Amino acid sequence: LSTSLSPAVVCEAPFGAVLVELGAAHPELVVLSADLANYTDVLPFADAYPERFIQVGMAEQNMMGIAGGLAKTGLLPIAVTYGVFATRRAYDQVAMALATGPSRGIVVAFLPGITTPFRATHQAIDDLALMRALPGMTVIDPADATEVAAAVRAAVAHDGPVYMRGQRGSVSQLFNPDGFTLTIGEPRVVREGTDVALAATGLGTQWALEAADVLAQRDVDAAVLHAPTLKPLDGDTVAAFCSRFGVVTTVENHSTIGGLADAIAAVVTDRGLETRIVRLGVPDRWAEAGSLAHIRARLGLAADAIADAAERSA
Amino acid sequence: VTTVGELTLTERAHRIRRTVLRMCAGRGQGYAGQGLALAELMAALYFHELREHDHFVLSTGHSAIAVFAALHERGMYELDELETYGMDDSRIEESPLEGTPGFEITGGSLGQGVSQAVGMALGERVQRTDSRVYCLVSDGELQEGQVWEAAMAAGHHRLDNLVVLIDNNRMQADGATADVMTVEPVPDKFAAFGFHALRVDGNSFDELLAAFDEARSIRSKPTALVCETLPGKGVPSFEVYEKVHYVRAEPAVWQRALDELG
Repeated sequence: LSTSLSPAVVCEAPFGAVLVELGAAHPELVVLSADLANYTDVLPFADAYPERFIQVGMAEQNMMGIAGGLAKTGLLPIAVTYGVFATRRAYDQVAMALATGPSRGIVVAFLPGITTPFRATHQAIDDLALMRALPGMTVIDPADATEVAAAVRAAVAHDGPVYMRGQRGSVSQLFNPDGFTLTIGEPRVVREGTDVALAATGLGTQWALEAADVLAQRDVDAAVLHAPTLKPLDGDTVAAFCSRFGVVTTVENHSTIGGLADAIAAVVTDRGLETRIVRLGVPDRWAEAGSLAHIRARLGLAADAIADAAERSA
Repeated sequence: VTTVGELTLTERAHRIRRTVLRMCAGRGQGYAGQGLALAELMAALYFHELREHDHFVLSTGHSAIAVFAALHERGMYELDELETYGMDDSRIEESPLEGTPGFEITGGSLGQGVSQAVGMALGERVQRTDSRVYCLVSDGELQEGQVWEAAMAAGHHRLDNLVVLIDNNRMQADGATADVMTVEPVPDKFAAFGFHALRVDGNSFDELLAAFDEARSIRSKPTALVCETLPGKGVPSFEVYEKVHYVRAEPAVWQRALDELG
C-alpha cells in the first residue's frame, strides 16, 4: 500500500494544532471567525496570536470581504466557519474577494455533509459542488485528522485560493502523520484490491474503507481510491484506476450532484473509458436529522449498504 | 507622489471630466454621469489626500471611469488607451477586476467593497502601519445588507484609519434612489454604527478637503463622508438628462458635451 493505515486513533482538534504551528512560521497568517470560534477549533490560534485573530461576528459575507481586504495588505487570511455559511450564504463574496486574484485567501469549512444533526440549515451537502465551479478554486475534503493538518499546510503553501472542509473535536486518524504530506491534485489508492472498486473523498473514504472491510469478510477484494482534492484532480491517476474496473462506486459525504462522482465521471467520459459510475452520497433531497449513524443508514451510506451496492454493481 | 503639479485641483477636475467624456465617446456609451459627478472627489483624493501607502477601494465598480480618468492624470494610463473604454480586448473595463492597475479589489458586485476596506484597515493596523483606507460606495449600494455588516465591524473595531465615501448621487439603475428604496438619513445611519459621519458637497473642494482633514483628526472612529454629487456635473445637458445613470449617444452628442464642458 502506498499509504499505511494506522490503527484506530483519535486526534484532538487537529485544525487548531496546525494553525498554531503554522502561525509561528508564517507571521502573515490571520484567522477570522464569524462567531464560531468555540466550535471550529480556532481558539488555540486566538490564544497564541491574539492580534492575528479577527472576530467579525455573525456575518459570513462580511467575513469573506474582510479576508479579501486583509489579503490586499500582504496577509494570508484563513476564514473559518461552517460549510453552509461559507458557500451558500457567502458564495459571491468568496468569489469576488478571495478568488478573482491576484491576492488570495483560504476558507476552512466545518460540519461537512451529514456530520450535524441539523438538517438543511447546517448540513453542507452542496459546498463542494459550489466551490468546484469557481474558476481557479482548489477544493479539498480531508479524510482524517492527518489530512486536515496536511491540507492546511498545503493550502498555506499553495499559490491560489483554497476551500477545504474541516473536522473538529475528536477526529479519526486513518493515516500515519509521520512524514505525511498532501499533494494538491493527487488522488491515491489507499487500499489495493481486484474485485470491486470504490472511489471516495473526505469522510466518504472512511466509509469506503469500512465497506472494504465488510467486503473482505465476504471474500470480495475491494480497491479504494482516495481523492482528498476534488479540484484539481489528476486525471491520469483516476483513469488508471477506473480503467481496471467495469464499475467504480463513488462514496462521498456530499450530494451525488457536483462533487466527487461528477469529478470522476468527467474523467471517465472525457477519456472515453467504458467504466460505469455508481454514485453513493446524499441523493437529490434534503437529508434526515439525527446522528451520523442514523443519517448514514437512511441514505444507504452505512458500511454494509456501501458494500452491498459495490458488490451488486460489480 | 501626491504632489500637486502645476495644475490646480479645479483644473485637474476639469481635465478628469474631459477624459471621462472622451472615454465614453470612444464606444459611444458609458457611465458618464458618475464620471462627471466624481471629478472633484477624484482630484481631491489623487492630488491631495492619498499618500504612497494609502489604499483607495472602489466598491462601486461602475464608477471606474472616474478612477481611470484620475489615473490618467497621475500618468498611469494614456488617453489613447482610455478611449478603448468598454471595448473588446481593452483592459479599460467598465467595471474592472482586482489586478487591473490602480484597482486593488474586484468591485462592481455591489455592496462588497466596504468589507474589503475594513479588512485592509484591520490589516494595516495588525502590521502597525499608518496607512489609511478610503472606500467609495454609492448611495444605491447602501441597499445591500453587507454594507451594514461592514459598517458594524468598522465601528466595533474603531477603525480610525478608514474613510467611507458615499457618492450620494441619488440615482440607481431603476430610477431615483428615494423612489427605489430609501437610504436616507445616511449620516445618521453611519453614526449609529459608530462612525464619525458628515455630509459634504462632493463637488466642492473646500468642503472635501476640510472633511478629509477632519477625518484624519478623529480618533477611535471610522469616518463616513456623505458626498452630495450631481450626476453629469459640468455638462449642463447631462445634468438634466434623466437617463444619465448610463449614457448611450451618437458621436455628435459627446462632441456637444465636450463643447459644453469647455
